[in-house]
Amino acid sequence: MAPQHSSSRTLRRTAISIVSLASIAALTACSSGAGGGGTSDKYGFPAVEQDAKATIEVWVDTAREPAAQAFQSANPDIPIKITTYDGGANGSGTFQTKISLLDQSGEGWPDVVWSTQQNDSSWASQEQSGQQAFAAVLNKGLVSQDVLDGFAEGALSPATVDGNVYGLRNDLAQDVVWYDQSLFDQFGYTVPTTWEEYQEIGEKVAKEHPGYIVGSVGDPWAPEVFFWGAKAPINEVTGVDTVKVDTSDEHTKKMAALIDDLISAGSMFQDSVFGADFVTKYTGKVLMLPGPSWYSGAIFQNPDNLNAAAGTIGAGLPLAWDGEDPVAGNVGGGIWYVSSHSKNLEAAAKFAEFVTTSDDYQVELAPGYPAYSTAAEAWLEKQASSGYFVGNFTENMITAASQVWDGWGYPAFSQEAIWAKAITPELASGTSLVSLLPAWQTAIENEAQVNGYTVSK
Amino acid sequence: MTVTSTLATAAAADLSQGRQRVARRKSVTSSQSRMGYIFVSGYTLLLLAFGVLPTLYALVLSFTKDGAFVGIDNFVRVFKDFRFFPAVGHVALFLVFWLVSLVVFVVLLALIVHAIKVRWISSGIRFFYYIPGALAGASSVMLWLFVLDPSVSPVAFILEAFGFESFVQTISPDNLPVIFTVIAFWTGAGGWIVVMYGALNNISNDILEAARIDGAGPVQTAIQIQLPLLRKWISYMGIMSLAAGTQLFVEPRMLSQASQAVVPGDYSINQLAYLFAFKQNDFSGSAAISIILLVVALGLSAFFVVRGGLFERD
Repeated sequence: MAPQHSSSRTLRRTAISIVSLASIAALTACSSGAGGGGTSDKYGFPAVEQDAKATIEVWVDTAREPAAQAFQSANPDIPIKITTYDGGANGSGTFQTKISLLDQSGEGWPDVVWSTQQNDSSWASQEQSGQQAFAAVLNKGLVSQDVLDGFAEGALSPATVDGNVYGLRNDLAQDVVWYDQSLFDQFGYTVPTTWEEYQEIGEKVAKEHPGYIVGSVGDPWAPEVFFWGAKAPINEVTGVDTVKVDTSDEHTKKMAALIDDLISAGSMFQDSVFGADFVTKYTGKVLMLPGPSWYSGAIFQNPDNLNAAAGTIGAGLPLAWDGEDPVAGNVGGGIWYVSSHSKNLEAAAKFAEFVTTSDDYQVELAPGYPAYSTAAEAWLEKQASSGYFVGNFTENMITAASQVWDGWGYPAFSQEAIWAKAITPELASGTSLVSLLPAWQTAIENEAQVNGYTVSK
Repeated sequence: MTVTSTLATAAAADLSQGRQRVARRKSVTSSQSRMGYIFVSGYTLLLLAFGVLPTLYALVLSFTKDGAFVGIDNFVRVFKDFRFFPAVGHVALFLVFWLVSLVVFVVLLALIVHAIKVRWISSGIRFFYYIPGALAGASSVMLWLFVLDPSVSPVAFILEAFGFESFVQTISPDNLPVIFTVIAFWTGAGGWIVVMYGALNNISNDILEAARIDGAGPVQTAIQIQLPLLRKWISYMGIMSLAAGTQLFVEPRMLSQASQAVVPGDYSINQLAYLFAFKQNDFSGSAAISIILLVVALGLSAFFVVRGGLFERD
């Protein structure tokens, strides 16, 4: 460490903001001097002067790099700069904080941004620090209505604010119950359709075949698999600045008890499904894994993860509580945003359209279920013809996509980050989830309040 | 900054004494003093631009909101934030662990290395201590990510001996102050050992010789002679490390991303200030946190300065 340097780090950061503020002032002065020339409202927002030759900068996470590369090879004449960042994964907020910094400096925005999270539209559609909203409105001329209509029903709702569309959905991330048919045959079990049956199998396999697992709660998106899919009312956005959170609801308590039960039985894994332990300990030992559609390519058909043999893995329908209708949870299904500050909006919008709608990426390369309907059909067809997945793969995927529960909203804070901070370490140290429910309630309420929400129960 | 101004005053005082004593060489001293000002000017300018002015700006921001004076509202809001006191607690605990381990082990190791009479061993060890310091904070955290994960760590058996079977268990919130201390010590202590070694070299051989003749062994010499003479250096190390430690940011942020947010993004005070500014767009709140941090750090530094006799002249 260099003490002399670090002692003035905070100060220096503040200084940078001063300098940036000064440059904003200078910029404002310039543009007003020029009579605000060069801006146009062609797309429903004030755009800067366009340059069809300008390089577009796209921010992607490493998993989405192939998308950008596919665009590059399909459109060699459009200059593009690919920058990787964490994609805002696990509610890190990187997308927002980076854009806020650029809002302060008044320049340097990327042209297209990929976000793994679904709640970025809440801030990206709003003016921040005197800068116009980062996300460009897409349904006022930038992207044709035909393309927008081509997305699956409801797919664009996380990116829609006040009837305006601010982003294009990459994939639907409906939860299904992934299962290993060969193990079910071997053990003589039946694939469950209710949470009660699921729990029963989890207890049974722990007794009869210890070492096999039926699920994982080790990732930050565990609430979006288990609690979203259990109709737990802990993330309901009831108004612009009101949320409903109730961890003492019957559904929430039942699911928490189910998870506790399977953890103590030993058939619920507590570490990340992308950690080193998962692959070494559980290759060939995953009986079931409730999780999003993108587990297909990211876990089962991935040589670096479970790399399951063809003809063993199936996607089961979302589970229901006994006597209730089944609902699906949803984990991500990220969104592509076009910057309203882009100098080359045509190219940026073309990029966003390409990565969400073209078969080159969505069918050939993408790990998950495309949000764009025709691409989804082609993707399902490809999976069916490869014969990799067993059972009613196509039908179940389509059914699950239509069952995503709408009682789970998209507030400005991240349930993933809250779970990771308040629950994961406690679960790892052996505390029961049921006993953590009040603490979870407080953690969500606190986070909601600092983000400007009023919480009701 | 105060250190520098005091040094400058001292230098100026020296110069004026010299002027009185040797009036003949007036032209020489005035040109020397001119050089002095030139040497100091670069630092002073940067200090004003990146130290004093931003502090004043933060001060203004912390008492205003959207340009209007709001008294202590920003501070009240920050104090009421549920993340503030946990963050203060985290950083305070880390500082206690870190400063204590730094003072105890750095001094101890420096004394031991200094006592080694074989030259190549002594310089070899110093170099060895110094190497980790060459890594920047972020890259050393990357390295520690592997060390701390029992499934890939080369020292997994040690982690398992402590009962940590997974990465999440290793980095549970209770362990973090110790983990950050170990990381910070590993990267930062080597440099200070070298500094302390230099300070030990400065102690006149006559004094040590005299102590030896009086019958003092190595331990007594260390306690009675070397430690008191190191006092200023130790307090200097304390101040510098305190300033760096209160600004804990890179390590928890990296760990947060690597641990899938199990280490929260609001672990330290500086992280919270960052969230206030860039997640909540609340620059006034962020400035209030900076000012609180500044006041606390200045207070503690004053303590070290007074107790360590840093400004006393021999």
